[in-house]
Amino acid sequence: MATFGVIVFPGSNCDHDAYHAAKDVLGQEAEYIWHKDTDLKGADVVILPGGFAHGDYLRCGAMARFSPIMREVAAFAARGGPVLGICNGFQVLLEAGLLPGAMLRNRSLKFQCEHVHIRVEQTDTPFTLACARGQVLRIPIAHGEGNYFAGPDVIARLEANRQVIFRYTNAAGELDAAANPNGSASAIAGLCNDARNVVGLMPHPERACESALGSADGLVIFESVVQSLTSGALVARA
Amino acid sequence: MMDPQVLERHGLKPDEYERILRFLGREPNLTELGIFSVMWSEHCSYKSSRVHLKTLPTGGPQVLQGPGENAGAIDIGEGLAAVFKIESHNHPSFIEPYQGAATGVGGIIRDIFTMGARPIALLNSLRFGSLDAPGTSRLLEGVVAGIAGYGNSIGIPTVGGEIAFEPSYAGNPLVNVFCLGIAKASDIIKGVASGVGNAVYYVGAKTGRDGIHGATMASAEFDDKSAEKRPAVQVGDPFMEKLLLEACLEVMRTDALVGIQDMGAAGLTCSTTEMGSRGGAGVEIDVSLVPQRESGMTPYEIMLSESQERMLLVVKRGREAEVERIFGKWDLHASRIGEVTDDGFLRVKDRGTVVAEIPNRALTDEAPVYRRPMEPPDYLAEVQRLDLESLDAGASIAPGGASIAPSSNDALLSLLASPTIGSKRWVYRQYDHMVRTNTLNMPGQGAGVVRIKGTDRALALSVDGNGRYCYLDPYRGAILAVAEAARNVACAGARPLGATNCLNFGNPERPAIMWQFAKAVEGIGAACRALDVPITGGNVSLYNETDGRAIYPTPVIGIVGLLEHADRVVGRAFRKTGDAVILLGEGRGELGGSEYVKVVYDLVRGVPPAIDLAAERVLQLLLVALADARLIRSAHDCSDGGLAVTVAECSFDTGGVGVEVSIGGVEVSRRAAVNRAAALFGESSSRVVISAAPENVSVVLARAASAGVPAAVVGRVGGTAIRIAVGGTDAIDVPVDECERAWSTAIERYFAQKVA
Repeated sequence: MATFGVIVFPGSNCDHDAYHAAKDVLGQEAEYIWHKDTDLKGADVVILPGGFAHGDYLRCGAMARFSPIMREVAAFAARGGPVLGICNGFQVLLEAGLLPGAMLRNRSLKFQCEHVHIRVEQTDTPFTLACARGQVLRIPIAHGEGNYFAGPDVIARLEANRQVIFRYTNAAGELDAAANPNGSASAIAGLCNDARNVVGLMPHPERACESALGSADGLVIFESVVQSLTSGALVARA
Repeated sequence: MMDPQVLERHGLKPDEYERILRFLGREPNLTELGIFSVMWSEHCSYKSSRVHLKTLPTGGPQVLQGPGENAGAIDIGEGLAAVFKIESHNHPSFIEPYQGAATGVGGIIRDIFTMGARPIALLNSLRFGSLDAPGTSRLLEGVVAGIAGYGNSIGIPTVGGEIAFEPSYAGNPLVNVFCLGIAKASDIIKGVASGVGNAVYYVGAKTGRDGIHGATMASAEFDDKSAEKRPAVQVGDPFMEKLLLEACLEVMRTDALVGIQDMGAAGLTCSTTEMGSRGGAGVEIDVSLVPQRESGMTPYEIMLSESQERMLLVVKRGREAEVERIFGKWDLHASRIGEVTDDGFLRVKDRGTVVAEIPNRALTDEAPVYRRPMEPPDYLAEVQRLDLESLDAGASIAPGGASIAPSSNDALLSLLASPTIGSKRWVYRQYDHMVRTNTLNMPGQGAGVVRIKGTDRALALSVDGNGRYCYLDPYRGAILAVAEAARNVACAGARPLGATNCLNFGNPERPAIMWQFAKAVEGIGAACRALDVPITGGNVSLYNETDGRAIYPTPVIGIVGLLEHADRVVGRAFRKTGDAVILLGEGRGELGGSEYVKVVYDLVRGVPPAIDLAAERVLQLLLVALADARLIRSAHDCSDGGLAVTVAECSFDTGGVGVEVSIGGVEVSRRAAVNRAAALFGESSSRVVISAAPENVSVVLARAASAGVPAAVVGRVGGTAIRIAVGGTDAIDVPVDECERAWSTAIERYFAQKVA
């Protein structure tokens, strides 16, 4: 049994959804962790959920990175603990410097909520180890600023180190400009850090864990981390 | 004596001022005059509408809370309540589309969580002028962005809604927003102040000068000076509201509250008065204790400000610290601004000095009520005449001098490309419709359907209106709006349980408008009684006029229905090739007020379709039973564009699976082309296209027969084209792809991608 720690920033709004996926769908333990807290309540895996932390009136995630709990999250990550940032959580990880790059407004200049396809590029992270390389997942996005940007040198390094974990593709798993919903550089939908234990992605796997909701393709991401924790591949604890 | 110009600026009539003098036994000061003016405004007092609204059915075993509170509530089983309401934000949205719409969303969400319910779904009903007209696309873009900006940020999914485009809304767009929340039935909280000496708290955003006299603005017509009213529109802060939402729900779990109310229209004035009035008590506050955004605000300004995201709470004695601590956790400051008294007065002080003192009942129960004169509008007799014989010839009436009726294929494509019928994807893609992971039927699939976590249940929600029908016959149009909303819910497999209404009309001081209003309310009452969907609350928006031209009378109905088994939900789209297509109900070829006559001939004429409410009720119950028995795979009601459009829409989002249908002809004119069009595009009510697996067809037909619902197998799912024969003759044959392209770009094509 793994314990999921779901960080709650003021303005987080997918915290309940991540909790529900971990606890009710996967049958794991889950705890909400308030952003002013200073311990991770024994979490084995930390989720930074989607939402609009602090209203995101400044750059998305720019305020949240100063929350007290982020020091603990950084320390947990440094110890090798698995951390997943979803949507706004991904933006927070970028602002906190736990992942490289930044987010621009969507190419459409509009908020977009729809199912998209992403291809699993690498399986040697705690969040993709149960996936097959090249597997295509149908998962929703819901964001206004998910257009991933980094300088050419950073992109080159991400590619060289195999840090691009998910890319937007069409249903057949092919790169296709029309299938890149927001204009992200190199069609990047998600990436990991050097140590591969911190992963951020814009699509919402927690919204795709039950077929009644239109897709259960996101489940494999949560199953991956449970598997990695129970198999002993990862032993860091908060 | 008060200066008549001051009275006029406050929207108060001389006889109303006389009434104020009688209540007070003296001249009011300016602060008091301001308080009377907002509380007696049409928006807050319902002075023109109240006598009519009283006739609506509001009771029933399922009703936990009827009209009069912040929102209505119905029993949905397992100890839970569905709390819901619809409200308009029309006037602000015309003046400032983004903030007007955004604060409309914020306001209705507060009404729901004020009742102790967690909001879980939003819908909206929008009306704009023609998309071809200059300015409409800007308004639509702003309103949609405003709804998205607020709803997405606060994390409540927008799961459905409807939009229509008619020139009559060009100067008065309608923005009606519906919100649904879930509460434990036993934990519903009300907006009451009671218990002498209990503390009155203010929490949320600071009070600024924004929105002063918003309620009065919403109670007057527009003219070319309306743009100058921009400062009366408030600015929304969804983050503040998210904090308030979470903090209030947390406080409510403690049992420390006596009552709570949001500060919406008429702000602090309305909340203090209404809470005191409901609790049979008085409220005394000191405005100097109210957190203020700007310096130098007068008591008048503080009492009338409509700054957003503010709540008023009455806390049980001895529980104050507990409440303050919870708000503190969310970085919100709860300020004690006064207390409950026993004298039934609203008493306002400024640093201890009384600046206003008014009996609550003068502001609420004894506010003016008008039985305004009514008479049928002059235009009616003329517009109700639709000469079908001349339609076919076309020459005299078709725009641009077109002299022949279009082929049925072309007519279908034109209808699908009409923004009122076409896909609303461009709109709902901007709304987060999946957050909270409850959305079972995505937008565009008919009613919005959200599951209730922790139970097997789900709720289906629909908002519907038809201004064109109501323009042609407000009584029948209103009945059709209720029936359509309830039918949409039933198509999803849910039993309609309760309703809320938003009544959008012109200036009630004009007898023709008042007549439209009274007739529409009569129609709503008749339909809600027959379909067993009591009205639990709602909102009236009058004075939707610009330069003397009123909107179409537009009652919008929101219906909530219950699915006892969430996994039996039914959607619009066909599911499987080979399934039988069955038509429930009968087409009578009614073209009056139809989208066909509008799109093809640019005419708004005729009498809206007839409806037999008893038959409608039976049809809806049959749909629920068929879904519950898992006998049908899809269901979609026939509305705008008639059967042909309905059948085509069932083929959309299926990956191009077509349908072959054969229906009987109708005889409504001497001309074959008109009869064919009437069969295909007539909008006879109480019809639903369902699909069923071949092995279930006989039992579906048998169930329909025993319920007394006309039912016939009219075709099967398959192929790659929409093919429809009328009376044995092929009438329509268009590839699904071509139809779907016309439909899916109906709105998008007005917004060329600005950035590659």
